[in-house]
Amino acid sequence: MLNPQLNDDSELKHLLSIEGLPKRILNQILDTAESFAGVAEREVKKVPLLRGKTVCNLFFENSTRTRTTFEIAAKRLSADVITLNVSTSSQSKGETILDTIDNLTAMHTDMFVVRHAQSGAAHMIAKHVAPHISVINAGDGSHAHPTQGLLDVFTIRKHKPEMHNLRVAIVGDVLHSRVARSEIHALTTLGVPEVRVIAPKTLLPQDVEKLGVHVYHDMNEGLKDVDVVMMLRLQNERMAGAMLPSAQEYFKIYGLTSEKLALAKPDAIVMHPGPMNRGVEIDSAVADGTQSVILPQVTYGIAVRMAVMSILAGN
Amino acid sequence: MKIHIKNGHLIDPKNGIDAKQDIYIAAGKIAAIGNAPEGFVANQTIDATNLVIIPGLVDLSARLREPGFEHKATLESEMLAAAAGGVTSLACPPDTDPVLDEPGLVEMLKHRAKQLNQAHVYPLGALTHQLAGKEITEMCELSEAGCVGFSQADVTIKDTQVLWRAMQYAATFGFTVWLRPEEPYLAKDGVAHDGEVAARLGLKGIPTAAETLAIASILRIAKETGAKVHLCRLSTSEGVEMVRSAKKAGQQVTCDVSANHLHLTDFDIGYFNANTHLKPPVRSQRDKTALSNGLADGTIDAICSDHTPVDDDAKLYPFAEAEAGATGLELLLPLTLKWAEENKLKLSDAVKHITQAPANILGVEAGDLSVNASADICVFDPNQYWKVEAKALLSQGKNTPFLGLELAGKVKYTLVNGHVVHG
Repeated sequence: MLNPQLNDDSELKHLLSIEGLPKRILNQILDTAESFAGVAEREVKKVPLLRGKTVCNLFFENSTRTRTTFEIAAKRLSADVITLNVSTSSQSKGETILDTIDNLTAMHTDMFVVRHAQSGAAHMIAKHVAPHISVINAGDGSHAHPTQGLLDVFTIRKHKPEMHNLRVAIVGDVLHSRVARSEIHALTTLGVPEVRVIAPKTLLPQDVEKLGVHVYHDMNEGLKDVDVVMMLRLQNERMAGAMLPSAQEYFKIYGLTSEKLALAKPDAIVMHPGPMNRGVEIDSAVADGTQSVILPQVTYGIAVRMAVMSILAGN
Repeated sequence: MKIHIKNGHLIDPKNGIDAKQDIYIAAGKIAAIGNAPEGFVANQTIDATNLVIIPGLVDLSARLREPGFEHKATLESEMLAAAAGGVTSLACPPDTDPVLDEPGLVEMLKHRAKQLNQAHVYPLGALTHQLAGKEITEMCELSEAGCVGFSQADVTIKDTQVLWRAMQYAATFGFTVWLRPEEPYLAKDGVAHDGEVAARLGLKGIPTAAETLAIASILRIAKETGAKVHLCRLSTSEGVEMVRSAKKAGQQVTCDVSANHLHLTDFDIGYFNANTHLKPPVRSQRDKTALSNGLADGTIDAICSDHTPVDDDAKLYPFAEAEAGATGLELLLPLTLKWAEENKLKLSDAVKHITQAPANILGVEAGDLSVNASADICVFDPNQYWKVEAKALLSQGKNTPFLGLELAGKVKYTLVNGHVVHG
């Protein structure tokens, strides 16, 4: 099966998922992001790489952080940017996703940044669009959120450059998390030797170990001697069903507190893709503590998204 | 009309024939095999040199989409597809709109099908009113109208008391109850096998236990009530093993597998190929192997096409939202041949599962080439390859996971009641 993300020269054509991307391309994105990290420090925060190109942010599902950082990234690359919250416009009038795409293509869009509540939506759009158009997946269902996975490994690389010598724990709702899946693939592809997931069985997919991770149900065991703790957001609706009994019990057992963090290596860093539920998956003392790199993650998000867009435009 | 099919290789599992034999047809029936009856003068001679002659295929599950879903397919289009696939008898599930839960609807469907003068259509009546799982239907009236069994299609009866009563009532009159075993709560919102692929793709899984729990309760209730059950579309290794044990213990149970599930695993979902969105989901390699072995050892009785034509638009959604189902009538024979070849089985052993065995389950006279039987015949070229693509399919549904594949086995002639309906 052909990898739908690569063109005939094996270069990046769409960014749909981290899974299936060679290490070479991940490093290319991270290295390019490195060069963009300084743009924000300049007086004129712009480079002309996407001048004359039109980027369309198409959000079928709500988002603040991802949408905003994509918008800023595109603008810093000098692209023309349209942002559409489709959940509140065409979809309610019954237009299908592909009809929406066709209409925007007719307006000469060069790149789509898409978020959708269903796994596989970005793949479907990438298969449908004209050959000159690139698609970036900004999150599809529980499947993938590749730019988040990339900015997370970018953040790790900044603080812990020796990737081949790390122990990383991902804590929380892996079952519903596209972020977790993208993080796992990014870490394993870049050669991180030990990736752990820590969660109750109700929040882990069947056969998750086949993704190359070690499974823990106990925070005390799972956090022991790790270099990086990646917390996942716990959606409120998970409390409604039979997934978890209560936010209180979840926090007691899986919430990241200073005491639990003490089990990790002393210089371990703490990450969270946001938005955080303070007091549910993470204690404020940790979120705002010295080991937290949660805000730098957001800043790096812009550089990583600039890198992805410029590489796609160049290919 | 008298027809002589000559020089073909004839396979009739029921009568144990697997040899080069001519076949003679008169007055819609098979007049003789081997030597011509005295004074037989054919109006038409079909040269079947290098071709195989088998009983017309009997398909246990073909949705014709009428009444109610004519935008997906019509009786006309799907009956042509059946003829092109060599299918001469088919059972259709009751999940039409309106649901086949009233004798008048069944009579109308039978009448419409008969007018088309193609495959024999055997409707399955709804087991419960509106398939809602609350009140049982007028099974005796429906049976008189032409229903050959009673089914819930893809809808599960959640209330086990209703299931119990439905089986008791069906058992009273000797009707077979057809159920696709799926526990509705465990399967809720699921779209893929609960395993590695669903984990990677972020798709909601349907665990194996959804099938095994349902089989356990169905078999138990059937045993207590004395009902004859037919389990539709097994998909798991554990499910096959449960049926194997039940049969060994002497329980009256039959089951089928769809041709799709003999060839596909969850890895075929690839990058969210909506054509692989099927009910039940395609499962693991281990399950696929168990289904294949179960079929070969007789645990699974029949292969069906599970023909479910879906219009193109309904597949243009992300995987979970795309409508489940695939067209199948024209693929049943080639996929069965492919299964036989991959498992190094004799053609006659494979053909049995799409002729004699399903006919026995339906309880109709079909699926064999006995003298005086209705001349329902399929003549095909086992060595001709054809490419599965939209333009090659007569069904209105063009969606199948096998698009683009070249398959061996091309139907050359299909006869129903001694009339050539395809060829």
